[in-house]
Amino acid sequence: MTSSRRLAAANIGFAVAAFGVAAAMAMMQAVSRANLELPWRSPQMYYLSVTAHGVLMALVFTTFFIMGLGVAFTTHALERPLRWPRLAWASFWVALGGTLAALWAIFWGKATVLYTFYPPMQAHPAFYIGLTLLVVGSWIWCAVIIGTYRAWRAQHREAPAPLAVFGMLATIIVWLIATVGVAAEMLVQLIPWSLGWTKTVDPLLARMLFWYFGHPLVYFWLLPAYVVWYTVLPRVSGGKLFSDPLGRMVFALFIVLSTPVGFHHQFMDPGISSGWKLVHTFNTLGILFPSFVTAFTIVASLEIAGRSRGATGLFNWLGKLPWGDPLVSSVLLSMLLFAVGGFGGAINASYGMNSMVHNTAWIQGHFHLTVGSAVALTFMGTAYWLVPKLVKRELELTLLAKVQPYLWFLGMLLFSISNHITGLMGMPRRIYDPSYLGSPVAQTWTALTGVSALGGLFLFMSSAFFLLVMLGTVLAGRPTSDTAVRFAEPLEGAPTRRILFDRLGLWIVAAIVLVLIAYAYPLAGHLRMQTFGSPGFRPF
Amino acid sequence: MHIDLYERFWMWSAAMICAALFGAIVYGLVGEHTRPPSHIETIDPTAVWSDPRFAQRGVTTNPDGSVTVTAIAMMFAFQPGEIRVPAGRPVTFRLTSPDVVHGFEIAGTNANTMVIPGYVAQFTTTFAPGEYLIVCHEYCGLGHHAMMGKLIAEEGL
Repeated sequence: MTSSRRLAAANIGFAVAAFGVAAAMAMMQAVSRANLELPWRSPQMYYLSVTAHGVLMALVFTTFFIMGLGVAFTTHALERPLRWPRLAWASFWVALGGTLAALWAIFWGKATVLYTFYPPMQAHPAFYIGLTLLVVGSWIWCAVIIGTYRAWRAQHREAPAPLAVFGMLATIIVWLIATVGVAAEMLVQLIPWSLGWTKTVDPLLARMLFWYFGHPLVYFWLLPAYVVWYTVLPRVSGGKLFSDPLGRMVFALFIVLSTPVGFHHQFMDPGISSGWKLVHTFNTLGILFPSFVTAFTIVASLEIAGRSRGATGLFNWLGKLPWGDPLVSSVLLSMLLFAVGGFGGAINASYGMNSMVHNTAWIQGHFHLTVGSAVALTFMGTAYWLVPKLVKRELELTLLAKVQPYLWFLGMLLFSISNHITGLMGMPRRIYDPSYLGSPVAQTWTALTGVSALGGLFLFMSSAFFLLVMLGTVLAGRPTSDTAVRFAEPLEGAPTRRILFDRLGLWIVAAIVLVLIAYAYPLAGHLRMQTFGSPGFRPF
Repeated sequence: MHIDLYERFWMWSAAMICAALFGAIVYGLVGEHTRPPSHIETIDPTAVWSDPRFAQRGVTTNPDGSVTVTAIAMMFAFQPGEIRVPAGRPVTFRLTSPDVVHGFEIAGTNANTMVIPGYVAQFTTTFAPGEYLIVCHEYCGLGHHAMMGKLIAEEGL
C-alpha cells in the first residue's frame, strides 16, 4: 500500500503545482481584460498565458488529480494494492514527460494555440506529441485501475463494486470512449501535419473530432467530483448516503449519455446540418437528468447528517452541518455554484438560442462555475481531506484552509456573474484588450470587466491560500499515522447484490450504440463530401 | 430496489423539466424557424480571393428585394469593414476565411457564426435601426482583439 500511497501523492502533488502556475496566469488575464496596465503586458504574453492556463487547468491539473484520486480510492475501497505497481508508475512518468514537452512548446512561444488548438493554427510538434503522451499516460492508468478491479472481481463474484470504485470505473469508461476522438485528431491529422509530412488539414473534421472528445472531457472531470460528493461528503459531514442504487444509476447514465452530445459546441459551425445538431441537443438535455437526481440524493444525505447532529426543524439541519470543515464547505459551495452553472449550461445547449452567447464572455463565466468550481473547488476540498492521509502529516495552516473555500466562492460569484452579463452584452471571450478603439458598445462593458478583475484577485488569493496549506502540510505538518480512507455508508446498509445499474457491459454497449447513432452518419457524410484542406498558420 | 417517494416525485419532475426544455426548442424550431447557422458549402481556402462567389464583396440587393452581404474574415480584419444594410428586412450573410478559424459576431444581436477556412458560413437575420459593432470571437492570433468592423442598419435604404 505504501507504493500506491506515494503514487497518489505524486500525481496530486504535480496536479497542485500545475494549478499554482495556472492560477497565477489567470490573475494577469482577468486584469488585462479590464484593460488595466501591468508590467510586461503584451498580446504575446496574454495569449500565451491563456493557452498555458487552459492546458494546465483543464488538461494537466484535472488529469493528474483524477489519476491520484483513482489510485487512492481504488486501493482503499477494494482493500488491496494496485495490480501492476510498476505500470502504474509508468503511467505517471509518461504523462509527466508529455506534459513537460507540451509546456516547453507553450512557454517558449511555439504553441500559442489555446487549449482547443483548432487548426489551421499550427503549433510546434512537441505540443501535440506531448499532449498525446499525457493521454497515453492516462490510458495506462486506466488499465491499472481496471486490472486491479478485475483481480478483486475474481475473488468477489457476486458482490457489487463499492460505489467509489463504481464511480471511478464509470469515469474511466467515459474517458476511454472520449479519447478515441482526440487520439484520431492528433495521430491522423495534427501530428503528421505539424511535422510537415502532410501539407493540409480539414479544420472542420478536426473540430468534430475535438468536440467528440471535448464534451465527455467535462464528465471525466465531473464524475470524480461526484464520487467525492456521494462517497466522502456524507461521511465527513456526519451522515449517510441517502441512496446507493440511484448513485449507480447516475454513473450508468453518464456512461451512456456523455459522448453523443459534442455538436452542441458546434452549433455555430457551418458544414454540419441543423438536424444532427438537434439530435445532439436532445441528448444534451437528457444529460441534465442525472445531475438533477444527484442534487436530491446529496441534499438528502446532508439532511441526514444535520439531523444526526441534533437538528429538529424543517431547515435548521443546514446550520448544523460542519461549515468549518474545509472539505464540507468546499463541496457545499461548489454545489451551489454548480447549480447556477447547470442552468446556464441548459441555455448554452438550447440550439438556436446559443447564438446569443456562443464564444462570448458568458462562456468563460459558465465554465468557471462548472469545471472551475464544481470540479476544482471539490478537488481542493478533497485535497485538504486526502493529502494528510497520503503524506502522513496533519493538515497545517488550518485557518487558511477554512477561509479558502469562502474566498473562492466570493471571487467566483464576482467573476462569473460579471462575465455572464458582459457576454450577453456582446463581449467576446479571450480578448487581450476590450476597448475596440473606443467603440460605444465596448465602453458599456468597462465597469463589469473591473468586477471580473476583482473576482480574479479574490480567486488568486484563494489559490495562494490553498497552495500555502498544501506546502505547509507536506513540509511542516505534524506526523500522524492516520492513513485510513473511509467511505460513506448507505442509509439502507451496504448493498449485497448486483442490480441492473451494476451491469457495466450493458451500459458500455448502450453508449457505443448511441455514439454510432449520433456520429457515424454525419462523420461518414462529411468524409464523402469534397472538402479543401488548409495549410498551417502561426500568427503568434 | 427501494426509491424514496419524494425522490420519485423529484425524478419525474426533473424528467419533465428536461422534456419541457427540449419542447421549447422544438417549438422555436417549428414555430419561429429558430435554428443555428448550418449551411453546408465548401470552398478552396487558398483561392478565396479569386473565387467568383467572393470576388464581389459587400452588400447586394437581390431581384426579389432581399439583401445579401458577402464578406471575408481574415487576420485581422473583416473585408469589407463597414456594412450598410436596410433595417427591418432579412439580411443573409455569406462569409469565409482565407487563413485560420475566425468568428463573426454582431454585438447585441443574434448574428453569430464561426468562419472556418474551407467552408462558407451563411445565416439570415434582421436588424433594428442603429450602428453595431462587429467582432471576431474566435482567437485567431496576436491581433485577434483588433479584428472588428461596423454594421449600420438604416431605415428606408
